Amino acid sequence: MDALANFFIENQDMIYIVILSIFLGIEVISHVPAILHTPLMSGANAIHGVVIIGAIIVMGHAKSDDYLALSLGFIAVVLGTLNVVGGFVVTNRMLEMFKKKK
Amino acid sequence: MRIWIKNQSFSLGFSHQTSVMSSFLLQLSYLIGSITFVVGLKKLSHPETARQGNLLAAAGMGLTILATVLFHEHNGERIGNIGLILVAMAIGTAIGWTMAMKVKMTGMPQMVSFFNGMGGACAGIISIVEYHSHPDGASGYLLVVFLGLIIGSISFSGSMIAYGKLDEKIKDFSAKWLTVLNLVMLFVILGILVTAVVSPLTFGPSVLWILLSLSLIYGVFFVMPIGGADMPVVISLLNSLTGMAAAFGGFLYDNQVMLTGGILVGSAGTILTVLMCKAMNRSLLNVIIGSFGGSGASGAKAAGDQTVKEISLTDTAILCSYASKVCIVPGYGLAVAQAQHICHDLEKQLEAKGVEVYYAIHPVAGRMPGHMNVLLAEADVPYPKLVEMEDANGMMSSTDVVIVVGANDVVNPSAEDDPGSPIYGMPVIKVWDAKNVIVMKRSMRSGYAGIENPLFFHAKTKMLFGDAKDTLQKLVGEVKMT
Repeated sequence: MDALANFFIENQDMIYIVILSIFLGIEVISHVPAILHTPLMSGANAIHGVVIIGAIIVMGHAKSDDYLALSLGFIAVVLGTLNVVGGFVVTNRMLEMFKKKK
Repeated sequence: MRIWIKNQSFSLGFSHQTSVMSSFLLQLSYLIGSITFVVGLKKLSHPETARQGNLLAAAGMGLTILATVLFHEHNGERIGNIGLILVAMAIGTAIGWTMAMKVKMTGMPQMVSFFNGMGGACAGIISIVEYHSHPDGASGYLLVVFLGLIIGSISFSGSMIAYGKLDEKIKDFSAKWLTVLNLVMLFVILGILVTAVVSPLTFGPSVLWILLSLSLIYGVFFVMPIGGADMPVVISLLNSLTGMAAAFGGFLYDNQVMLTGGILVGSAGTILTVLMCKAMNRSLLNVIIGSFGGSGASGAKAAGDQTVKEISLTDTAILCSYASKVCIVPGYGLAVAQAQHICHDLEKQLEAKGVEVYYAIHPVAGRMPGHMNVLLAEADVPYPKLVEMEDANGMMSSTDVVIVVGANDVVNPSAEDDPGSPIYGMPVIKVWDAKNVIVMKRSMRSGYAGIENPLFFHAKTKMLFGDAKDTLQKLVGEVKMT
């Protein structure tokens, strides 16, 4: 219990960010027309590619003799980049089609 | 600000100055990145600004990645292995870019699911490496690491199954026992998680691999029984799960941009999932627990004792040309046949003859919400012609001819009047309120959800069999001659 209480106190700021971001996420997309459901899902998909930052940190601070961390980190960076690049490019391709007819 | 930095350097020495500066730049980039995610997501929900929003978020992402590589420090140490990181990013970019550019419009939903799975896998791997480096962390730390691992792994394996299913590489499989097993597995995973966090010595380091394999299996079993019409909901759900997994990474590294980005997607994705469920008039729980798939008991009788009426191309052309209002209901069949351009041709031909043409769009037609909008936009069909379901239903009674192109479940009257049907209660486009219904279909096969459609045997309905693209092409020719 003490450990959890400590965790809460130490991470207060983060917990605030979490709560506020939840409301923000709900508010930001609650009036989206059905027309944009697919591109929006795809765009959100690209944004959670931000997990790549974690992969870079893991990789960047891995010791040079820690082959497990290095190789897994390498794979994580590749996969994270796939998520980011693929996500944004697919979304852009979908939206390009909307733009043309204007 | 500059004065302040100067003072710092004066009192604390040169090395600390660069440290303050780089951490300031890092935090500033993260702040800007977070803002671009919020504003980008906001812009993505309006048709005019959507593209801009996507590019903005992408730019923000680029900035945060660059800033991390350049300025991130941990206990005074800069990011190392930069060469390897750049190689990995180059590989990821090359593969991601190629896949995203090559995929056809029909394959978009699978693609999103695939990329989503990659993000989940990335989050899972981060947790594995973290645990490997600090297996004796505090409870809070372990909780975050394990949650990231569990959610990331479920999202990965689940997305891969969803990808396989949409690509028709994996068949639906559902059974009562699987639903029960899933619930049991979920409780076992949670049980192990709680035990491992409260008393880390119970399982030893192997707990990581136990949780990993259980989560991977759970992801497979979780998506396996969910079939047909529900796949969009599942992808959206998995998308928000990956968001959460990314957010746990943010907790791990005290990294605000991962936290805001991840949580934003987590909550927005959850709302999107709920909106989709609402469009089908079902609860999320019902989608997850009550597996779809099997043909309804009430379906079989319709096929036996009723016959369908066929219509010829010429008759269809005449019927449409002399109508005053024609409605086109597109479905997945249109996407498969890549017939959106010809569909637009037909619309233009009919308009030239003074016929009013509109498209009735069911929110979950195709394999993803908005799938039809994207497809028709590709063919330059103007926005105002795309009418959403509720409005279209109001216009049905004044419509002379409805042409259903490759849609099935979204125009199934069972949803309205057959309580035994698996899709009972789902809002549908009431095409039978129009004066004539022409259904373009390849064969009498049932739709993706595997349910019989009494519409085909309806008194007002006539069938026009053949490939959607081919038939539409011929129809355009016939209309020209009429």
